[in-house]
Amino acid sequence: MKDFDLDDLRKVMLISAGVDEGIDIEGDILDTSFTDMGFDSLAVLELVSRIERDWGVAVPDEVASDLKTPGEVLDYVNRRAGVN
Amino acid sequence: MSGAAPVVTGVGVVAPTGLGVEEHWAATLRGTRRIDTISRFDASSYPVSLAGEVQAFTAAGNVPGRLIPQTDHWTHMALVATDMALSDAGVDPADLPEYEMGVVTASSSGGVEFGQREIQELWSKGARYVGAYQSIAWFYAATTGQISIRHGMRGPCGVVVAEQAGALESLAQARRVLEDGARLVVSGGTDAPFSPYGLTCQIANGRLSSRRDPQRAYLPFDTDANGYVAGEGGAILIVEDAEKARERGAEKVYGVIAGHAATFDPAPGSERPPALRRAIENALADAGLAPGDVDVVFADAAGVPELDQAESEAIAAVFGDRAVPVTAPKTMTGRLYAGGPALDIVTALLAIRDSIIPATVGVSDPVPGYAIDLVVHEPRVTEVRTAMVLARGYGGFNAALVLRAP
Repeated sequence: MKDFDLDDLRKVMLISAGVDEGIDIEGDILDTSFTDMGFDSLAVLELVSRIERDWGVAVPDEVASDLKTPGEVLDYVNRRAGVN
Repeated sequence: MSGAAPVVTGVGVVAPTGLGVEEHWAATLRGTRRIDTISRFDASSYPVSLAGEVQAFTAAGNVPGRLIPQTDHWTHMALVATDMALSDAGVDPADLPEYEMGVVTASSSGGVEFGQREIQELWSKGARYVGAYQSIAWFYAATTGQISIRHGMRGPCGVVVAEQAGALESLAQARRVLEDGARLVVSGGTDAPFSPYGLTCQIANGRLSSRRDPQRAYLPFDTDANGYVAGEGGAILIVEDAEKARERGAEKVYGVIAGHAATFDPAPGSERPPALRRAIENALADAGLAPGDVDVVFADAAGVPELDQAESEAIAAVFGDRAVPVTAPKTMTGRLYAGGPALDIVTALLAIRDSIIPATVGVSDPVPGYAIDLVVHEPRVTEVRTAMVLARGYGGFNAALVLRAP
């Protein structure tokens, strides 16, 4: 399976949380916290549930609450995908 | 509170009659009927196919992008109406103490369109396809909560669910909150009841018109009354403590909330009469006014013959036969549920501002036995110092609100 990359994640972010007029997710956001990008805990939950649905990688709720940046999400998803 | 009755200092309208207060008012004075075939989904196979929809509204570009996927159409409309109302009032919430600003809105349908979409995902694809935002988008308090978060209003918040009576109750609750020390409350309400599921729920009450001709579908007080047409949208009002509004230099005061009362009808089959009359009397008493002080009554106008009869009897009993002008501009928009009385309040305040009573449209043959002076066909130019807005909600809610010129 193809790696889940930052562009894939950007698409899911856009679908799951919409566009925030004040935040550019096209830039280097690997280490930007979701909180700084206006994602509250519910938005992160929606994000990981869409990843689970569309990419087949389950992210347990307790893990989701620990994923603070896009980089951490990519690491987790690709590591789990490798295991699967 | 300063002791003086609270004042309305800003209004925002998202309604079938238009976006923004002046567009709404111009369309209302023209007598523009905005009832048409439902366009939000294909309702052609439903026993009810007409509605008053807000045609020109788009969330994109008007609602913060983040909030669009998180909230229902009903919340989108309220967020935009709130922006308008705050701007109209000249209020930047960042300038005021966050715990002294509250939000009390009314809702009747909640987020039915959002909820239906998620339920369809559930039954067609499974639980994993139900979005996380369903948890916050559907329920009645969602609009109040989103307004509170967006504008940093951390004072008393709540939602009133009383079908069509709800928005009058939201103003009454706003008044209580101001008495308890708040300075400003975002009040009023919207509704967006048009998804297949939402419409089906309404049809169950047996009061909607099944006609397909927009000209003949909603004719309250007419010999041809045959039910009502539902609509969407509503209005948001900024209600302030009179003294504190003056202190902050509020430039506009639309009117004063002078009195309110709510009553509940006796159980079906009871020998006792409906309680609307008592709501009217109690609201007048609360305002310290006599019936002769009221210049216009904005009727609930159910469009169902026995309910129209009960309302006209209640009005005539308190005010006298044909003694006060009665109007129902909601004949242009349909009944907006929680949004309806909020819009009526705005319209009543504009009637006070401009000394003109907008007309009830479409009614050509009022029932001769109803002893009310119904304003039909054309607006009536007359000084309006005091207006009463009536609302009845399905299930027995009655409410009356008295507004006075500033």
